[in-house]
Amino acid sequence: MSSLSSTLMRRFRPAQQIQLMAAHVILLTYTAFALFPIVLILINSFKTRKAIFKSPYALPDADTWSTVGYETVFKRANFPDYFRNSLIVTLGALALILFFGTMAAWALSEYRFPGNNLMGLYLALGIMIPIRLGTVSILRLCVDLGIVDTLLALILVYTASGLPLAIFVLTNFMKQVPRDLKDAARVDGASEYRIYRMILPLVRPAIGTVAVFNMIPIWNDLWFPLILAPSERNKTVTLGAQTFLGQFVSDWNAVLASLTLSAVPVVILYIIFSRQLIRGLTAGAVK
Amino acid sequence: MKLATQFRDGRRFPLHIIVFLAPAVIVYTMFMIYPLVDSLRLSLYTSDDRGNETFVGLDNYHKLVTDPLWEPRLKGAIINNIKFFAIHMLVQNPLGLLLASLLSSPYIRGRTIYRTLIFTPTVLSVVLIGFIWSMILSPLWGISGDFFTAIGLEQYAKKPWLGLESTALTTLSLVSVWQWVGIPMMLFLAALISIPDELIEAARVDGATGWGVFWRVKFPLILPTVGIVSILTFVGNFNAFDLIYTTQKVNAGPNFSTDILGTFFYRTFFGQQLQPGNPTMGATIAGVMFLIILTGVLLYMFGWQRRITQVEL
Repeated sequence: MSSLSSTLMRRFRPAQQIQLMAAHVILLTYTAFALFPIVLILINSFKTRKAIFKSPYALPDADTWSTVGYETVFKRANFPDYFRNSLIVTLGALALILFFGTMAAWALSEYRFPGNNLMGLYLALGIMIPIRLGTVSILRLCVDLGIVDTLLALILVYTASGLPLAIFVLTNFMKQVPRDLKDAARVDGASEYRIYRMILPLVRPAIGTVAVFNMIPIWNDLWFPLILAPSERNKTVTLGAQTFLGQFVSDWNAVLASLTLSAVPVVILYIIFSRQLIRGLTAGAVK
Repeated sequence: MKLATQFRDGRRFPLHIIVFLAPAVIVYTMFMIYPLVDSLRLSLYTSDDRGNETFVGLDNYHKLVTDPLWEPRLKGAIINNIKFFAIHMLVQNPLGLLLASLLSSPYIRGRTIYRTLIFTPTVLSVVLIGFIWSMILSPLWGISGDFFTAIGLEQYAKKPWLGLESTALTTLSLVSVWQWVGIPMMLFLAALISIPDELIEAARVDGATGWGVFWRVKFPLILPTVGIVSILTFVGNFNAFDLIYTTQKVNAGPNFSTDILGTFFYRTFFGQQLQPGNPTMGATIAGVMFLIILTGVLLYMFGWQRRITQVEL
């Protein structure tokens, strides 16, 4: 500590040191404010009901430790099923967004054909208009297609809503792939499909960005599961937690446990992908 | 160039382009563009108990703005939505800018850690955030009570913030700000970091203070991001639903004081205990939301973005 403060002394004038201190105070305070509610839920989910109310800020100890909330959650709700459904929907939609998105972006960035710009514009329309506004007709369409109350309906809706931004980002990125590389492959007689496969690894950062960008909103969505797939069998974690919390609202142990359980997967994903997510957000802004 | 001329010579449209575009275009058209257009069409129809639809022109819209059953709800939802948006613009975005400007300083140690931790609430679902805050604000648990007592405002300690008509909407807006502040923070941070150091050095050599550098040099340069953040906030807020539905249930209580367009749309379209769902009126409310969002986006594109580009030139 003393060596740190002496380097600080040498590098900064006193006025600057005060400014730095003030900045740290503000940032620390805000960080605490951002994390406090989440930590509070987490630590209280492992306590007895009495301890939750008597000493909410204390960590659970030998006397107050209890997992009764988690037991209720596992007995009364199908959280493993909800997780499976969320996983299927999120991964399914991501796979389709990335597969269809890279193909369309490749066509828009590589070939000059009549209507190219118009097609780009058409596919970009959905970036700013929320898909929710078409819900009445989406429900009718799903009923007509016989896919209402299936996970497939959710996958298709999330794919449609994720594609516009994905295609926009991927097209910009693919335009930067050097010409020579593709021309060399063409001279070697590679088909256009082969060249598409060949350039995919070159745009991996953009694919990562698009994946991370879509993953969390799909996992967290409440609206479409509520309307398109509300049955117990097809509930996602978000909808499952919503219903469970509504029913067990007075069972504080169960509520705290289910909140923690539903937050854990997203927080793990966030820890793994935070670098990519933040890079995506920042790269998107520069464009 | 070569390909383009080949088309004019009357060659066939290459099959591979169609293969590449078709899957995306089909899914996007079927599940996004068609429903949006069809929903607007439905807003011009009315349906009876047997599901027969009759064309009524703009009657549904007329009903929405004049009928004593609909008009107060629409007006309430729009006014509440404007308040919701205003609080985001006045609190969330300036706070995001403040945090970003602190984090953009190269002298702050642990920038990445601060950034990552402050962004955490943004990745959690609105459902969880809603429940977490309704527990913390519950007078039963008394967490917010302890806070107000600690800062010497004991008169607020027992206040049921989400249960009062006078405070529920503002409280929920602030909860939403708490959750989403990470987005403007990141976008502003990216813009601030991309400002060339030479510009800032030059201003400093000319004797500008930190405050002066921020408002005279940095802020004008990040105006495009201010625009992006504003339009994202606008679209997000006028399309919001989850937080109100989770904490205040389908009737956006108390006494509709937290009702916004998203909850009004859901309630009308899907129905609730006493009132069956009404798809065509639901589509009409979606039509109103569509008009509001479209107006915002067009204002941004032609009012703000154009002018900003001119300034840059």
